Amino acid sequence: MSPVFTVYRKELKDILRDRRTIISMLVVPMVVMPIIMLLFGGVSAKLVQSALEQVPEIMLLGGEDSPKIRAALASDRGLKLIPVAPDYAARISNKTLRAAVELPRDFDERIGEANATVPTKIYYYQGELRSGFAAEAIEKCLRDYRDKVLTDRLANRGLPADFARPLNTVRQNVAPPEKVGGNFIGTILPYIVILLCLTGALYPAFDLTAGEKERGTMETILSSPASRTQLVLGKFFVVLTASILTALCSLLSVTTIYLISRGLFGLALKGKMSLGAFTVAPGSVLAVLVLLLPLAVLFSALLLAVGTFARSFKEAQSYAGPLILMAILPAAAALLPGVDMSPKLAFIPILNLSLVSKEIFTGAFPWGYIALVFASTCLYAAFALWLAARMFNRESVLFRT
Amino acid sequence: MRNVAGMIEAFSLGKVFPDRQRPVVAVDDVSFRCAPGEIYGLLGANGAGKTTTMRLLATMLRPTSGTAIVGGHDVVREPERARRCLGFLSTATALYARLTAFEMVQYFGRLHGLDDAAIAGRASDLFTRLDMNEFRDRRCEKLSTGQKQKVSIARTLIHDPPVMIFDEPTNGLDVMSARTIVAFVRECRAAGKAVIYSTHIMSEADKLCDRIGIIHGGRLLAEGTAASLKSAHGGDLEDAFVALVDAA
Repeated sequence: MSPVFTVYRKELKDILRDRRTIISMLVVPMVVMPIIMLLFGGVSAKLVQSALEQVPEIMLLGGEDSPKIRAALASDRGLKLIPVAPDYAARISNKTLRAAVELPRDFDERIGEANATVPTKIYYYQGELRSGFAAEAIEKCLRDYRDKVLTDRLANRGLPADFARPLNTVRQNVAPPEKVGGNFIGTILPYIVILLCLTGALYPAFDLTAGEKERGTMETILSSPASRTQLVLGKFFVVLTASILTALCSLLSVTTIYLISRGLFGLALKGKMSLGAFTVAPGSVLAVLVLLLPLAVLFSALLLAVGTFARSFKEAQSYAGPLILMAILPAAAALLPGVDMSPKLAFIPILNLSLVSKEIFTGAFPWGYIALVFASTCLYAAFALWLAARMFNRESVLFRT
Repeated sequence: MRNVAGMIEAFSLGKVFPDRQRPVVAVDDVSFRCAPGEIYGLLGANGAGKTTTMRLLATMLRPTSGTAIVGGHDVVREPERARRCLGFLSTATALYARLTAFEMVQYFGRLHGLDDAAIAGRASDLFTRLDMNEFRDRRCEKLSTGQKQKVSIARTLIHDPPVMIFDEPTNGLDVMSARTIVAFVRECRAAGKAVIYSTHIMSEADKLCDRIGIIHGGRLLAEGTAASLKSAHGGDLEDAFVALVDAA
């Protein structure tokens, strides 16, 4: 039996007997992530739904001399006027009032003039969802009123209603439903899978290197006839197995949860917001998995090198934070609007995979970029593996205590 | 004719550790020989270079000068082959906590290239001899110190090596556990193995070792039987040791 396989078999058995490995490899992607996603999805859908259903309370500032506009605002079913108070700004900031609309003096009279433009002002809380909805509702009411006044003005001059509307724009979605949904899932899914691919490798990599130093078994294993390269390869394959298993589990659970939550929350929001239709094409999933393989190699080898360098498990853990950040940032960059694949970005590890996965999930297969991403990640992975082997062959690192 | 396969020979072994301020000479021009059926003791204070010498012989470290032959294999040119011929035991060679006693021994048997049938036969013999059958399938983390020592012994013997290297194996052990180790070292000698034994305990070296090398500051100051060292410097082994170190 090859010493690499002997080491692999033993290390796999060893880490699978450790509760912490099971937690990071199976419990987190299969249980914790779905719970977080379901809770987050459920709570956010409920919040949006209740904000949409609630008729916002607003104040009307001024306009006592303008009964027409007052009546228009008061009769709008999407708005509820409450008595004016001087501390309206403070109330909006405290979220006890959604918004306020200010009308100038003699609003009705001035708007009745043939060429007048009357300014109005809406006070709201920028970035606050419910206040934003209230401001939109006020705008819609005022827009309808403006259109009515305009139609009257045009009629007074004997002109048709379309006279002041030389252009009419209608938005029409032409992307197939799977692309609309694919864009959503294609953006978020690689991010989660990449992150879990890293975290799944993290604990075993540190346990099999820094942990081994700390527990005093490093000297034991170094006295065996297996070469250091064989030892590091055996350990590497175990870390890779953990990384791939975690990624697979997360891919499976996230997709399942997405489909379930789309059914649950999509129905709840029906007609108001759309989460998009989405079907998982097996080819897309397979392509992303193939691309994930060199990335899992890169993570596993890199973490093994870091763990070997560390004196203790604690020291290795102190490197984990910056490492996770280094993986999150490029993965999250792909979530930004307008960041699309380009020849330059195809060489940035993690970001390139996130971007190309986004394309793949929408049903597009940019083969040139796919090849470039795969080849460049393989190159980085090979370098990381070389680095890990080199670390394991350096006695100043192995006996660094 | 010399039994090369069962011998340990160090030829001007040297090890210098690089350091930012100034290189640290841990082992300096150390030469000695240990024949089959002999226990050669390396006696020195903490930091004298014992552990580094042992690690050089066990090929964990690579010498910066000189070399050694272990079981007929050069530690620099054939480290893997040299390791196949030796069993290495120290208080730093811990066990895998999540493996059982048998799995631990089996793992090392496999790494030494033994097939499962050979491992089963040899392990059965060792477990009976060392009275380990009661805790054969118990995880190492659940074993007492003495039981752990026995597993370590079985681990070093599974491939029946002709050469044994012990680096302060009784450090931190209670009397009973230490006695198990000492008895095992004697058994190794009786079985015709070449044994290198490092210690800083004078009485242990005096009782156990056929020949003793006194090491200080990385250099081998003197070599001989306990009796010859005592007669050359007067008093007991401790007096001889102190006289040699003071003169260095």
